[in-house]
Amino acid sequence: MLAFGIVILTALLLLAFIYLRRKSPGVFRRIEAYERLNRSVGLSVENGTRLHISLGRGNLFTARSGSALAALAMLRRLAERTSVSDRPPIVTSGDASLSILSQDTLQAGYRAAGAEDQYRISTGRLTGLTPFSFAAGTIPVTRDEAVSATVILGDFGAEVALLADAADREDTNLIAASDNLSAQSILYASAQDPLIGEELFASGAYLGAGVSHDASLQVQDILRWVLILAIVGGSFLKFVGFF
Amino acid sequence: MRLVTAAIAMASGLIVLLGYLYPLEMLTQLRGTLTDWAVIIAAVAVLVGLLNLMFVQLEKIRTRQKNSIYGALLIVSLLGTFGLGLVLGPENQFVQLAVDAVIVPVEASLMAILAVTLVYASIRLLRRRADVMTVIFLIVAVILLIATMPTPIGPIPGDWLILQFAGMFSSGGARGLLIGIALGTLLTSLRVLFGIDRPYGGN
Repeated sequence: MLAFGIVILTALLLLAFIYLRRKSPGVFRRIEAYERLNRSVGLSVENGTRLHISLGRGNLFTARSGSALAALAMLRRLAERTSVSDRPPIVTSGDASLSILSQDTLQAGYRAAGAEDQYRISTGRLTGLTPFSFAAGTIPVTRDEAVSATVILGDFGAEVALLADAADREDTNLIAASDNLSAQSILYASAQDPLIGEELFASGAYLGAGVSHDASLQVQDILRWVLILAIVGGSFLKFVGFF
Repeated sequence: MRLVTAAIAMASGLIVLLGYLYPLEMLTQLRGTLTDWAVIIAAVAVLVGLLNLMFVQLEKIRTRQKNSIYGALLIVSLLGTFGLGLVLGPENQFVQLAVDAVIVPVEASLMAILAVTLVYASIRLLRRRADVMTVIFLIVAVILLIATMPTPIGPIPGDWLILQFAGMFSSGGARGLLIGIALGTLLTSLRVLFGIDRPYGGN
């Protein structure tokens, strides 16, 4: 019943803040990785290079799908912004359903930008179905496809180190985040400006994907404060012997 | 048509969520049926994904791109193992041999490369980002490695203290990160459930 209540409360807060955000747009703190992503998008369009976006192995039938869905929202925005580029972005994933959704999202992004004829089905790729086959299939994209920036966002395991290393060797900009703790610690050591924890889910808001993404961030902040108060309050009550 | 797609996706998602949170008999049955359908669709998606993989490699070969020989090797191996699996069944010893003698050693090799890559990344970390947090990260990693590694003299004196002390901070930090990720996942899922984000149907 508590879980049901939390979901209902979150849904109501989200809808309320979407309504409020329409009237007053939000101001975000500076996150260096997203600043660099915005610069990289402009640069890739100008100098005729590609973005490589890797969405990971987030299976849509497990709890890991949240990061994959957040990455798809970011992809939609990036597809719109790079639709005028000579070289379209390449999207790689390690899950078949996610790969199909990435193709759908790319096509939707091009359609929204009025450039649907630019869409190629081969730009959304399934590169492997196990962690290391996925990494082995993804590394050549960074190496052979004139990539200037690699965006790694989604559910990855330790194999993310190989992808980060490939991006480093090719001297491409690396923007990386994962919902997996092992991958986060690896990316902390491998990426210039790592995204930590829930910063992964802020990608849509920082790329201007719309008020719903801004509202999501605000609701996350509120829920985080509620949790902090609950933890501190619970500890205090336990300390004084209330329960 | 796009509205119909969105309506079906939203209704299915809401039924599954309600069936999970509020286990009424009818909702639970519906949730089970929808999940079974999703599993079948996921299996078909794997076949579509493999076709996509072949298509991309064939395109590389056709346009004579760099390293397209590996693409040819991939297609031959894929068709070979797929055909063998279909004819002989996945439990057959020859099909098992393809897994045990090829896939397992290749993945083990990549795992070994991963270890080297991580050491290399740690060495380069200070050159990439020299700040207080980086120094703390490296010192804690080295101390933990020393405390957990096997030595000729057996366990290092006081290793349990190091592990307990470091574990106290790391488990607290990990919980904080996981709570943040859970909140992000909840909000992202709700956006998809309400049809605000629609990564399906080309919307």
